[in-house]
Amino acid sequence: MSTVRRVLERLPLHLAVIGLCLIWLLPTVGLLVSSFRPKDAVFATGWWTVFRFPLDFSQFRLDNYIQVLTAQGLGRAFLNSLTIVIPSTVIPITIAAFAGYAFAWMNFPGRQVLFVIVVGLLVVPLQMTLIPLLRIYNRVGFSGTFLGIWLAHTGYGLPFAVYLLRNFFGSLPKDLFEAAYLDGASPLTAFTRLALPLSVPSLASLAIFQFIWVWNDLLVALIYLGGTEKVAPLTLRLSAMVQSLGQDWHLLTAAAFVSMAVPLLVFFTLQRYFVRGILAGSVKG
Amino acid sequence: MSDWLSQVLATLAAILLGVAGIAGLFLGLDSLVGLLPQRLQPRVRPWAYIGPALLILGFYLVYPTLNTLYLSFLDARSERFVGLQNYLWTLTSPEMHVAFRNNLLWIVLMTTFSVGLGLIIAVLVDRVRYEPIAKSVIFLPVAISFVGASVIWRFVYAYKPANVPQIGLLNAAIVALGGRPIGWLVDTAVNNFALIAVGVWLQTGFCMVILSAALKAIPREILEAARVDGASEWRIFWQITVPMISSTIAVVATTVVINALKAFDIVFVMTNGTRGTEVIANRMYKEMFSFLNFGRASAIAVILLLAIVPVMAANIRRFQAQEEMR
Repeated sequence: MSTVRRVLERLPLHLAVIGLCLIWLLPTVGLLVSSFRPKDAVFATGWWTVFRFPLDFSQFRLDNYIQVLTAQGLGRAFLNSLTIVIPSTVIPITIAAFAGYAFAWMNFPGRQVLFVIVVGLLVVPLQMTLIPLLRIYNRVGFSGTFLGIWLAHTGYGLPFAVYLLRNFFGSLPKDLFEAAYLDGASPLTAFTRLALPLSVPSLASLAIFQFIWVWNDLLVALIYLGGTEKVAPLTLRLSAMVQSLGQDWHLLTAAAFVSMAVPLLVFFTLQRYFVRGILAGSVKG
Repeated sequence: MSDWLSQVLATLAAILLGVAGIAGLFLGLDSLVGLLPQRLQPRVRPWAYIGPALLILGFYLVYPTLNTLYLSFLDARSERFVGLQNYLWTLTSPEMHVAFRNNLLWIVLMTTFSVGLGLIIAVLVDRVRYEPIAKSVIFLPVAISFVGASVIWRFVYAYKPANVPQIGLLNAAIVALGGRPIGWLVDTAVNNFALIAVGVWLQTGFCMVILSAALKAIPREILEAARVDGASEWRIFWQITVPMISSTIAVVATTVVINALKAFDIVFVMTNGTRGTEVIANRMYKEMFSFLNFGRASAIAVILLLAIVPVMAANIRRFQAQEEMR
C-alpha cells in the first residue's frame, strides 16, 4: 500500500522530467527522421506519421544524404571544416599552455597587469574586431585562406584558454617544480614532462570546448572566408542552403544532420570532459 | 574519385602544417633562449613563452578594438571625421530602435527562461534515478551549432495553409487541438518569441549543468535538518537552495545576458532580421557588408562593447578578490 502511495506521489515529478526531456528531444528527432524520408513524403505528411508503421523500413532511404554530400558540395565543406577545426584547436591551446605556464610559474615585470588585461579581454565582443581585421586581411591577402581563419580563431579563443590554463597550472604544488629544478631539469622539461602530463584533463576539456566552438562557428567564417566556396565550412554551406532552398526540407534536414554529426559524436563520447570544461570556465574554485 | 583523394590529402597536409608549425615555433624559441648567456636566460625565457600569446592578443583583440573606436567617429568610407554623427544615427534611427527593443526582449526572456528552466530541471532531475540520461538530453543542444538549430526549428515552425496537412510539429499540434496554423516566423506578434525560444532551447542545458553542480555542493545535512524541522520543499527551495547558490546563478545569468546581447546566428539564418526581428549584431553585419557603412557598423560595435564593460569590470574585480585569497 505505502509503495503504491509513494509511486503515486512521485508521479508528477516523473511526468515533469520526462515531459521536459521529450520537448527537448522532439525537434532533433523530427530532423533526423525527415532526413531519411523521400522528398514527396516529407512534403505530404508530418514526420511523426512514420511511427504508424515503425517497422516499415521502405519509408526510409539515403538519397537525401547522397545528394547533399555530392551535388550540394557538403562533402567538400566537411573536409574544410576538419581543416579549419584541428589547427584552430591545437594552435591556441599550445600558445595558451606556454603563456599560462609563464604566468603561473615565472617571474617577469608586468606579470599581474598583463594577466588582468587578459581577463578583461575575455568578454570583448567579436564584433568589435571585425572591420579593422577584415581590412588588414584583405590588404595582405589573408581572407579566404585557412591560415587566416586559424589565426583568427586562435585570437578569439586565446583569452579563455590562457585564463583557464594559468589557473590550473597555478594550482599545482610548488615543491614539484623545485624538486625538478634541483634534479637539473630545464624549464622546458619541467613544462613538457611535468606540468603538461598533470593537466591532461584540463587540456582535454579545453580542447573539446574549442573544437565544438570552432566547428559550430558561423560569424568568423562568414567574415574572413566570405563567399569563397573552396574553403567554406559546413556552417557556411548550410546557412547558404537555407537561403537558397528554404523549403526543400528533405535536403536541409540531411545537411543539418551532416553538420551536427561530429559535435554530437564528440559530445556522446567525451561528455564528461565537456561538462568539466564548462564548469571550470564558469564556477570558480 | 582522384579529386576526392587529392582533397583529403590536401586536408591532411594543411592540418599537419598548422600543427607542426606551432610546435616548431616554441621549440625554436626555447632553443634560441638556450643560446644566451646563463645569467640572462631566466629574464628572457618568460617573454619567449608569453610572447606569441601577447602578439596574437594584441593583433586580434586590442588593436582592432581601439581601431574600431576610432573608425566610429569617421564617415561610411572612413575618410572624413564626422564627430558623433554615427552614434546619433545609432541611437535615433527607427531600424536601431527595433534592434534595441528586440535585444532587450532577448536579454530579459532568454535569461529568465534559460536560467529559470535550468534551475528547475537541475532541482527535478536531482530526485530521479535516471538523472544522467535526463541531463544528457537537456544538455544535447549545447553541442549543436546555431545554424543547425535554426534548421531544426524552422522545420518545427513550418507553416502550411489550413486546408492541407501540416508538416511542422507546432502547427500540427495546434491544428489537432482545433486551432488555426500560425506563421511563426512571419507573424510579427509571435516571431520574436519564436526566435528566442530557439535560444532558450540551446542555452538551458548549459545553465542546468552549472547550476546542478552548485546544487550538489550544498551540504546534505542542511537540507535534512530543514526537512526534519518540517519545512516544505517549496520553502527549502526558496530559503535555502536559492540563497546558497546565488553567486553561481549570477555567473550563469551574466553569461546568458552577454550571449543574448551578441545574438546573431539564429536571427541571421532564420529571418535575417525581416518583419521586426532585427537585432543589434545582425544590423551591424548588414551595415558592414550590405551597406558598406563602416562608420555606423563601428558605432554599433562600440555600443555593444559599452553594454558589456560593466561585466568586464566585475570579472576583473572578482579575479582580483580571488587572487588575494590564494
